[in-house]
Amino acid sequence: MTKKEKQVIVIGGGLAGLSSAMKLAEQGYKVKIVSVTKVKRSHSVCAQGGINAAVNLMGEDDSPIIHAYDTIKGGDFLANQPAVLEMCLCGPAIINMMDRFGCTFNRTPEGLLDFRRFGGTLYNRTAFCGASTGQQLLYALDEQVRRYEVKGLVEKFENHEFMRLVMDEQGITRGVVIMDLFNLKLEVLKADAVVIATGGPGLIFRKSTNSTFCTGAANGRLYQQGMKYANGEFIQVHPTAIPGSDKLRLMSESARGEGGRLWVYGDSSKSLLNAQGQSIVCGKTGEPWYFLEDLYPAFGNLVPRDIGSREVLRICEMGMGIDGKMQVYLDVSQLSEEKKHKLESILDIYQKFTGEDPRKVPMKIFPAVHYSMGGGWVDWPASDDPDRWTRYRQMTNLPGCFNIGESDYQYHGANRLGANSLLSCIFGGLISGVEIPRYLENLSSSYLDTPSKLFDAALQADIDLKKDILSRRGPENVHALHYELSDWMVNNVTVKRDNKDLERTFHKIKEIKERYQHISLDDRSQFANQTYIFANQFGPMLNLAEVIVKSALLRNEFRGAHFKPEYPERDDENWLKTTIATYDRSTGDPIITYEPVDTRYLKPIKRDYATAKKIKPKLENVPDHVPLPI
Amino acid sequence: MDNTYILKIFRGSPSHQYWEEFELQLAPFANVVSSLMEIQMNPVNREGKRVEPVVWEQGCLEEVCGSCSMLINGKPRQACTALIQRIISETGSSVITLAPFSKFPLVRDLIVDRNIMFDNLKKVHAWIDADGSFDHGPGPKISQQKQEVMYSLSTCMTCGCCVESCPQINSKSKFVGPQIMAQVQLFNDNPTGSMKKADRLRPLMGEGGISDCGNAQNCVKVCPKNIPLTDAIATIGRDVTLQAFKDFFSLPDR
Repeated sequence: MTKKEKQVIVIGGGLAGLSSAMKLAEQGYKVKIVSVTKVKRSHSVCAQGGINAAVNLMGEDDSPIIHAYDTIKGGDFLANQPAVLEMCLCGPAIINMMDRFGCTFNRTPEGLLDFRRFGGTLYNRTAFCGASTGQQLLYALDEQVRRYEVKGLVEKFENHEFMRLVMDEQGITRGVVIMDLFNLKLEVLKADAVVIATGGPGLIFRKSTNSTFCTGAANGRLYQQGMKYANGEFIQVHPTAIPGSDKLRLMSESARGEGGRLWVYGDSSKSLLNAQGQSIVCGKTGEPWYFLEDLYPAFGNLVPRDIGSREVLRICEMGMGIDGKMQVYLDVSQLSEEKKHKLESILDIYQKFTGEDPRKVPMKIFPAVHYSMGGGWVDWPASDDPDRWTRYRQMTNLPGCFNIGESDYQYHGANRLGANSLLSCIFGGLISGVEIPRYLENLSSSYLDTPSKLFDAALQADIDLKKDILSRRGPENVHALHYELSDWMVNNVTVKRDNKDLERTFHKIKEIKERYQHISLDDRSQFANQTYIFANQFGPMLNLAEVIVKSALLRNEFRGAHFKPEYPERDDENWLKTTIATYDRSTGDPIITYEPVDTRYLKPIKRDYATAKKIKPKLENVPDHVPLPI
Repeated sequence: MDNTYILKIFRGSPSHQYWEEFELQLAPFANVVSSLMEIQMNPVNREGKRVEPVVWEQGCLEEVCGSCSMLINGKPRQACTALIQRIISETGSSVITLAPFSKFPLVRDLIVDRNIMFDNLKKVHAWIDADGSFDHGPGPKISQQKQEVMYSLSTCMTCGCCVESCPQINSKSKFVGPQIMAQVQLFNDNPTGSMKKADRLRPLMGEGGISDCGNAQNCVKVCPKNIPLTDAIATIGRDVTLQAFKDFFSLPDR
C-alpha cells in the first residue's frame, strides 16, 4: 500500500484560492499557497459592489431557484445548469459563513444583513460591504487562512509564480515548478493535487479593470501543457469604467444598484431601434436622455453588462457621447446622502483619479474589459448523475489538476451577472476543498513514488527557458509588443466582433509570436527583474490570445458578450455548445472542438429585459436532495 | 523642455543605492505608476543613457491593494493615486522624488519587504475563531454604527504608510506598529471575536506593544484610507491596561 500524503498545492491566493486552502486545511491537509503577490493584495480586492445570494431578507419572496434562473438567463444559456443551480443553492450558506468570519457586511437598522439590487435581476439579493466587498471578503478569508498558517497547516510562497505543472508518465499531476520573483530561483514543489486559482487574463488587453497581476499566464502555461481551455471568446466588457492611461478603473454596478443613472444629452432628430425592433427617439434635444431606461423599461440601468456595454457603445457611435467623445454620464449626484455614503469608496476613487466630485457632477465613464467567463475546462458531474462519484468537480482534463474561480469556465455562460463572481469564486474553492480529498483517497499512487528525474526534467525545462529569454538579442521590445497586441485585441475582440477583423487579428498574433522570439530585454539581471518576469509571461499570454480570437472567429452567432453583427441572432440549433481549445504542439495553434451544454433544468427562452416581470420560474428535473460543500 | 517633469528616483540594491533622474512628458491624469510604466517601456535616463528599468510593486492601481507604497517627495503614500499634475501644482516644482520605504529591508529600487507586518498579525491573533466552514446559520447581529467603525478599521490594506511614518519604529525597536492596534480593535469589537479579546491584548503588554507608541500621531495623517488609527491606539491602550489589571488580580472575564 502506497503511503498517503495529505499535501495540496494551491496556485493563487484570491477568494477562490483562499477558500480552497481553508477548506483543505480544516480537514487536516497541508497546503502550500503560491501567489505572485501577498495574498491579501490579490485582485479579488477590486470587486466592489457585492456578492449574490438569495437569502430573502428583503420580503421579496426571493429564492435560490430564481437566482439560478436569473444566472442561466443572464449567461444566455451557455452555462452548465447543474453547476449554476448548486452555486445558487449554496449562496445563503456562504453569506452566513462569511458573516461568521467577521466580514463587515452592511447592516439593516435591526442589525441584519443589508442587500442591494444588481444587474440582471429584479430582486435585492446582493450583500455588500460599502463598495469594497471583494476586499472585505478576501480579508475575512485571509484571516481564516492565517489561523491555519499559525497552526502549521498552511505554508505561503508569496512573490512566487507558477511556471509549469509536473506530470508523471501517465499524465497524473505530481507537483509544480515555481519561481521566486525576487531572486528568480526556480524550484519544484511536490503534491498529488494542484489547484489553479489564478484569476483572469485581463492584461492581454493591457488596459482593463484588472490588477496588473492578471496576466492569464498560468492558464496559458497549462494550456500549452495540454489543459483544455473553454469558452475563451466570452470576455465581459463592463459598461462603466473610468477612462485612464494606465488602467480603466471600475465604477461599480452598485452605483446603478443604488439608483445611479446613465445619460447623454438627447437629440430628437435621431432615433434607434429597441430590443423589440421599435424605433425610439433619442430623447429631447439638450435635455438628459436616460437611454437605458427608455430602451429597457423593465430593467432600466440594471440590464446585464453585455447589454449595457453594447448600448453605451451604440450611443457613442451615433455621435452622442459626452463632449463628442467615447464617454457617457453615470450620475449619482441626485442620490440621498445615505446612498452616497454606501458608495463612498468608489466615489472616492473617482474623485482621486479625476479631480471631480461625483457627489456633485455626473461621472464620465466608458466600457472596459472586465472579466473572462471562459477559462480552464473543468468537469462538473451533477448530484444525481450516475457517475457522480467516479468524476471530480472542478478538475481539469489533467488528472489531479483542479481549476477554480475566474480562471475556470463554469457558472457564467456567455455573460456573468454582477456580484455572481465573488459567489462563484468562494463556491468553486469550497467545492475543490471537498473534491480533492476524495480524489487523493481514490488515487492509488503517490508523488513519493515518482522518479526524481521527472521533477529534474521539469525544472531543467524552466531553467532553459529562462536562459533563452534572458539571452535573446533581437530588435523587439516586449512592452511595445504588448501594446501592439492589446490594441488589436481591444479594437477587434471586445464588444463588437467582425470575422474579417478577427481573422486579421489572428494573423497579427501569429506575427507577434514570431517577433517575440526576437526580443531583447533592457534588464538582464538575476534579481527582481520585472522585465524578464513579464517577458516570461508574455509567451503564454500570446497563446491564450490566439485561443480567444480563434474561438470568437468560429462562433458565428450572437450570444451574451459575443456580439457579431454579421450574425445578429442567438443560434441554439448550431451554437448551443461549449467551445474547447486544445493546444496543438506541432503548430502552436489552437484546435477548436465543441461539447454540448447541460440545459437539463431550463430550456433556452428569449432573453427579455425590456418587458420581463418578477415571476416564479419553473426549473425541471431538479433533484430532491443536493448535498452542499458546507 | 516645456511641459515635462523629472522623476528623481533613489534606486539600486541594498549595498548600492543612488539617485537617477528621468525626464518625462506631462500627460493628463498621469500618476506615479503610469510614469514608471513609461520608464519601463523606454528606460532612458536624463543623461540619455539607456539603463535598467526601475522596478516597483503594483497591483490594483486604485488604492485598494496596498502594493505600490513608496516615499513620494518624502511622504509615504500610494503611487497610483499620486497624480503628477497635482503634485507639481502643490509643490511648485517639476521635480518629484521617489524612494523606497526606509523602515523595511530593501529588495531592489522601490521594492521593500513588508513581510513583518503580516507576521505581526499572527502575533496578535488577528482573526475570528469561527468553528469552521460549515453552515451554522447567520453570524451575530451587529448595529449599523458598529459596522461603520469595523468597516473603516477593516479597510486597512497593510500598505505600511503608518509604519514608515512612525518615529517609534526603527532598526532597534520592536514596536508592532499602528495598524496592528486598529486590527486588534477590529476583532475585539466583533461579538464573536471579543471572546478571545485577551489573546489579542496580552501580546501588546510587553516590549513592542502599546506602550511603545510615542503619540506622534504621524500614522493617522498618512493613512491613505483615513483609518482612525489614533482612536484605535487610545482604545487599545485602555483595554490593555484593563486586561493587565484583570490578569494581575486574576479577575474573570466579564
